Amino acid sequence: MTLLAVERMKLFTTRSPWWCTALALALTVGFAALMAATANDTVPLTVAATQFGFQFGLVVVMVMAALAVTTEYRFGTIRASFLATPNRTSVLLAKTTVVALLGAVVGEVAAFASWGVGKLIRPEADLALQTAYEWRAVAGVGLVYLFAAVLAVGVGALIRQSAGAISILLIWTFLVEGLVLLIPRVGDDINRWLPFNMANMFITGDPDPSNRDVAFGPPPADAGLAPWPALAYFGGVAVIILVIALVVTKRRDA
Amino acid sequence: MIEASGLTKRYGKTLAVDNLSFTAQSGRVTGFLGPNGAGKSTTMRMVLGLDTPTAGDVRIDGKHYRDLKDPLRTVGALLDAKWVHPNRSARAHLAWLARSNRIPAKRVDEVLELVGLTGVAGKNAGGFSLGMSQRLGIAGALLGDPKVLLFDEPVNGLDPEGILWIRKFMHRLADEGRTVFVSSHLLSEMALTAQELVVIGRGKLIAQTSTEEFVAMATEASVRVRSPQLDQLRSALGRDGVSIRDEGDSLVVTGIDAAAIGDLAAAASIALHELSPQRGSLEEAFMQLTGDSVEYHTDIANDTAALLATGSVAR
Repeated sequence: MTLLAVERMKLFTTRSPWWCTALALALTVGFAALMAATANDTVPLTVAATQFGFQFGLVVVMVMAALAVTTEYRFGTIRASFLATPNRTSVLLAKTTVVALLGAVVGEVAAFASWGVGKLIRPEADLALQTAYEWRAVAGVGLVYLFAAVLAVGVGALIRQSAGAISILLIWTFLVEGLVLLIPRVGDDINRWLPFNMANMFITGDPDPSNRDVAFGPPPADAGLAPWPALAYFGGVAVIILVIALVVTKRRDA
Repeated sequence: MIEASGLTKRYGKTLAVDNLSFTAQSGRVTGFLGPNGAGKSTTMRMVLGLDTPTAGDVRIDGKHYRDLKDPLRTVGALLDAKWVHPNRSARAHLAWLARSNRIPAKRVDEVLELVGLTGVAGKNAGGFSLGMSQRLGIAGALLGDPKVLLFDEPVNGLDPEGILWIRKFMHRLADEGRTVFVSSHLLSEMALTAQELVVIGRGKLIAQTSTEEFVAMATEASVRVRSPQLDQLRSALGRDGVSIRDEGDSLVVTGIDAAAIGDLAAAASIALHELSPQRGSLEEAFMQLTGDSVEYHTDIANDTAALLATGSVAR
């Protein structure tokens, strides 16, 4: 508990988590407002459409999580941390917990604020949260952000440099997972098993067939698993990366 | 007390610390002296468990650093004053350190007072001058009221006032019975600060003695003699263990003290115009002792001579 309190103090006595939280909310809610404002009879506002910006918020949360580790290396405070608590695994686990919880809170606030903005701008639209799919699309954002934060902390602890860690995260999410599709024949199959596609699957995949047109929101993911196993897969990848980071950090000179 | 035995750290082919053994006693300021790149910082990082030794062992009061419970209560360290987040206030920096080792929050204000930073406690550490950062680092080291303190080059880049403050501070800490282990590359500074010395060069132990002994051993104890009868004096002094060097109209004699020279001169009825013991500078002495063990050696005198001899100095 002490370590969690320490990591909470460290996180919130710097500015980057505040800025990243504000930016994540602005992007997600901003996109929801945009979608609501441009909706019309042929393209009605749906629950899925209010969550159009969740990918942008996801990237910002990952940047925040990576920075939480890399700035400690940048400014040498990681050594002060390891002097205060020589058990490095505990330090990093506490940091991961705090950052992941912040990610989850940001995700939930962003998702429900986006949904609320949609309701505010288009009171007539049917935005009721009824099906499992609709609940996942909104409330699930927090879970995805939570695991994404875990993954980003792991990458940050492995790479130790802000620019390097953030580049890897951005290149992976924006480029690699998109460009894999261009590989002839096997591209689609590989894409079905990539971690962020799985995360997408949890939010957008497997819509209730009796429900409205899925085209009016983020395009549904084509992944190799059903939504909940897909989330477990994404979380598993995040945890594996974190464990590698913990082992490496323990062995490495600080 | 800090005890290192056979401490070794290898980076690839480079041996940064080579089979180093030493002790730092409680109640004393122990200076850790060596030229830049001698392995002082690496050694300190191994003492604190930040780096893992390739071989050997180092213990603090009989324990490895990583086995200490709430280590800041036993060991305080200032390795780098810049290990602070620039956008975090001095108080916030100390507050999380205190919390991590279950140190009461009021101790933060105490140490801030102790180092004279109370007035800027709410200011971001990024805006601090080197002297202020150094004080903040010392405040962090003192947070847990530790018995053992390590400081890596604490006076580097400080103004004379700051240097004096740190020097007095270390003495006070040692007088309170604490172990103070402080590194420096300046013998003149250590001669004033430390009572004991651990001297290293290229990762190897050169000497562990009291500062007094080391200074006496290091500084060439020579005697300058002037006399109208130099030749007679030279033959009177000519015996085993005595070396004589001509310097203008005087002799510089080593291996025999001034009193003995006076007696010899009187016995041989030689008039003396000057008989003065000389002390070499500490820096000269230090260079003499560690000269062969400086890693990045620039033999300025020889290089210059070689350049002048071949006439290849660019004009």
